Amino acid sequence: MAYALQQLINGLTLGAVYGLIAIGYTMVYGIIGMINFAHGDIFMVSAFIAVTAFTLLAAFDITSLPLALTAVLITAIFFTSAYGWAVERMAYRPLRGSTRLAPLISAIGMSIFLQNMVQLTQGARVKPIPPVIEGGIELWRTADFTVQVSWTQIMIVLVTVVLMVAFTWLITQTAFGRQQRACEQDSTMTALLGINVDRTISATFMLGAALAAVAGVMVTVYYGVVDFFIGFVAGIKAFTAAVLGGIGSLPGAMLGGLIIGLIEAFWAAYLSPEYKDVATFAILILVLMFRPSGLLGRPEVEKV
Amino acid sequence: MSAVIIARHARTPAERFKDAAWVAFVALLLGIPMVGLTTVDEGGALTVQTRFGMLAIFVGVSFAGRFIFRWIMDQVRGRRAAKSAVAKADRTPLAIRVIGWAVLGASVALPIMFSENRYVIDTATTVLIYVMLGWGLNVVVGLAGLLDLGYVAFYAVGAYTYALLFSHFGWTFWEALPVAGAMAATFGILLGYPILRLRGDYLAIVTLGFGEIIRVILVNWTELSNGPNGIGSIPRPTLFGLPFERNPAEGTQSFATFFGLDFSGMHRIIFLYYLILVLALLTNVFVSRLRKLPVGRAWEALREDEIACKAMGMNVTNVKLSAFAIGAMLGGFAGVFFAARQGFISPESFTFTESATILAIVVLGGMGSQLGVVLAALVLVLLPELGRNFSEYRMLMFGTAMVLIMVWKPSGLLASREPTIRLNKAAATGGEA
Repeated sequence: MAYALQQLINGLTLGAVYGLIAIGYTMVYGIIGMINFAHGDIFMVSAFIAVTAFTLLAAFDITSLPLALTAVLITAIFFTSAYGWAVERMAYRPLRGSTRLAPLISAIGMSIFLQNMVQLTQGARVKPIPPVIEGGIELWRTADFTVQVSWTQIMIVLVTVVLMVAFTWLITQTAFGRQQRACEQDSTMTALLGINVDRTISATFMLGAALAAVAGVMVTVYYGVVDFFIGFVAGIKAFTAAVLGGIGSLPGAMLGGLIIGLIEAFWAAYLSPEYKDVATFAILILVLMFRPSGLLGRPEVEKV
Repeated sequence: MSAVIIARHARTPAERFKDAAWVAFVALLLGIPMVGLTTVDEGGALTVQTRFGMLAIFVGVSFAGRFIFRWIMDQVRGRRAAKSAVAKADRTPLAIRVIGWAVLGASVALPIMFSENRYVIDTATTVLIYVMLGWGLNVVVGLAGLLDLGYVAFYAVGAYTYALLFSHFGWTFWEALPVAGAMAATFGILLGYPILRLRGDYLAIVTLGFGEIIRVILVNWTELSNGPNGIGSIPRPTLFGLPFERNPAEGTQSFATFFGLDFSGMHRIIFLYYLILVLALLTNVFVSRLRKLPVGRAWEALREDEIACKAMGMNVTNVKLSAFAIGAMLGGFAGVFFAARQGFISPESFTFTESATILAIVVLGGMGSQLGVVLAALVLVLLPELGRNFSEYRMLMFGTAMVLIMVWKPSGLLASREPTIRLNKAAATGGEA
């Protein structure tokens, strides 16, 4: 029981991170109908930026935790958004309106490019950072197992909740959110109404990248190690989360992320850790077979 | 949209300068965290290292590159505008056929010209493996329009079938070849069946998932596949029972002694080259013939409009499955050859990057175009090979090439979306899809 509770906590933390990345996929898919294959690597880039920023702060002897975390978050969001913007501008915008496959291929190319660029400029080896936040709360102590929530986990869940609230407000209440949803529905009509569709799409990519940046910082703090390959697996899992929740739906992405995180934690704990990635893919395949519109998505109606 | 409007008038130098400055600024932004700063491990703890010189070079190169690129683009546009009245030099089917035969002639003559250069023939063999894989995947992606990102799974099934058949039952290359093909085709049907309802990007992700599942299973199911250590000492193929060894087993003759030649390691390399050439050509003939059969026409129809196909009473399930099965079978054949050529296989050869490479070859070549696959395979294998001296840049160049070629020619190097057969030329209106 205690063990299961611990897995629940771990799964929720993991799920929050997946959910943050999944939002980037879901928004981009919603607005231009393509899988942004490089999104996982954007997340990886942000993790590396976080490592550099943490090391820099340590070198300048800034030890105040809230200050350091805020600084790192802002730095990572700023630079990662720039990456999101640049990727869209270089690899996707020139291909708008061409075949469906073309942007997918250039996205895969971009993903390979980013991975190798980071490997070249930052080194292929795993980067460890010293623990940023230490300690936690003991929730429950039984004879043979102690359930613990670390401060890091609490912070991850809190930040995710705050971001989700802010984000829902942004999409549902603001002028930008309206433009964004309008572009999702019909970009030609939106353009006719005087909205700069290109700019809205760019902003969507930057927002997705910003959320991925937060996820990147969280993962860096949580695991304490980063390497150039984390983007691929995290990206696939987050995409699975987006599909599971119903692609195009923001609460769906979060819900999907939580479910994937929980399944992964429990699968690794009780069944076999080697096959935990297989579990994710199996879920993805099952969802697509039996409920292609996901848990909270609208079914796609095809008109002839 | 804005790009088109800007392109209408020739740019003034000031505008070009501003544009290049903007690119340089973006390069600076992107470069600061990745190029300008890096962390190095010093005695267990990370320290930050600055590389501002490199950052300056990076920004400078971006500026100059953009400036020159824009200038050249404007020149080209200006010239193209002047020429637009002249009829476009269309690549006629005849020209493509001539190029095709020329490429074929060159590939037959290659080992004769470079009979002592092992490196050239090895590289050419690699190109041909990719050509064959590309032609196989072309059935699924280019003809049937089903986006498959896990094609490497079938390649792996073929390779492992041969490796296992050899290590357990001692089967030779030629015995294992058809079995491995059948095995891969079975996998194609098994994997294809559940996902028939999906289309487009969803299909891509699910096939990617299948590819990864097979790889993870190969890594973890050590009793079957020997895990990450792979399977080694897989025998090379023989020429009608004549092995290419210096000291063949008792009672058999080697290729060299049978033909009274001095033994040379190059014989085997050249034989492998011709073997994959023949396999690839057979694939090509097979696929080209299939395109003209009802099933091939059904694939092309399916690619264009699935709903219309259903309305016409086509059995979409069977059409899709046949595409999956045949594509998988060809991938399986290529896998057997790969295992035989390397002599050693491990799950590491069957990663997602490999799938992406094969798909990139099909899409860059122009989906459905057989010659385009050859061109794309040449570009994608040779381009990183040219940069072999800086081998760490190979994959970087590969990714860049994928993006650039796609942006430059979104429909591929040789676009061919025309139906293979038309009923009536006059009735064929709106050939442009």
